[in-house]
Amino acid sequence: METPISILLGFMIIGAIYSLSARDLLSAVISVGIVGYSLVICFLLLKAPDLAIVQIVVETITLVIMIAVVLDSTRIIRPQKAKGFVYFRYALSLAVIVIFAGVLLYMWSAPDLLQVFGDHTTRMSTAYIENAANATGSANLVTGVLFDFRGYDTLGEATVLFTAVVGVVTILRLKGKK
Amino acid sequence: MSEIVKTVTKIIVGVIFIYGLYIIVHGHLTPGGGFAGGAVLAGAFVLLVLAYGSPETKLKSQKEYPAIFESLSLLAFLVLASIGIGLGIKVFFNNYLPKGIVGDLVSAGNIPLYNMAIGIEVAAAMFAIILALIIYKEEARE
Repeated sequence: METPISILLGFMIIGAIYSLSARDLLSAVISVGIVGYSLVICFLLLKAPDLAIVQIVVETITLVIMIAVVLDSTRIIRPQKAKGFVYFRYALSLAVIVIFAGVLLYMWSAPDLLQVFGDHTTRMSTAYIENAANATGSANLVTGVLFDFRGYDTLGEATVLFTAVVGVVTILRLKGKK
Repeated sequence: MSEIVKTVTKIIVGVIFIYGLYIIVHGHLTPGGGFAGGAVLAGAFVLLVLAYGSPETKLKSQKEYPAIFESLSLLAFLVLASIGIGLGIKVFFNNYLPKGIVGDLVSAGNIPLYNMAIGIEVAAAMFAIILALIIYKEEARE
């Protein structure tokens, strides 16, 4: 289980780094697609088909939009010279590298210090897993939690989507209403 | 797009649409639900628009419908959730309909209805964004 996910994570990291340094914007967009589709396979390996369905469809639609945008542009990144604060930027990136290296080192040594994953008190999730089917009547546990125990969360997500559409339509329109 | 893409789209788009409806309606039984099924429905619409282009599908004359469907389904979701307050149990988002047998298609009380409302909302929202991108680009050209 861990080996294929590690290989996929490696691919995702390579794709993300390549998309930062690609000259052609189209290849940058496609290498971002590697990240999304590898995430789909990761979700499937981790036994989360609900997330995998959403991720694969949203990733495809986003990729279509991004490719349409890139094909309509010049597809080339203009080289920009860094102005001012050069030393500050170097110091900032150095600080970020040091902090992340520290966090990674801590993560490396953490499994010895912490308890095994899933060994903590998981009363909440255990209660959900045991009682959700009878309490909500839904055979799919995820839907039972989303629409019954966590109904407010779903309402919030739907409102976020609604607000996003309102924002897109408001920003994109050129002609005002008379 | 070319004739090959148009023909394949004509064959496949109905299957995709039915699959999205299946995911939404069976949301409380099999993996998926409102969000996943709504995204698949939006994918079917996007495929249609990509293959046939905006003049043939007369997008401009239909740009209000996604917004109307989105608002109405979100309103239906809220009304469904708040009916429970009037029925004696003073809880928002209560599952007040009879639960039925676990595993039946008609079971789980309110959850299938919530699923349908959210599915229509997600499909209409994603399609509305794409429609806005296409239509306002045409307007900018004119």
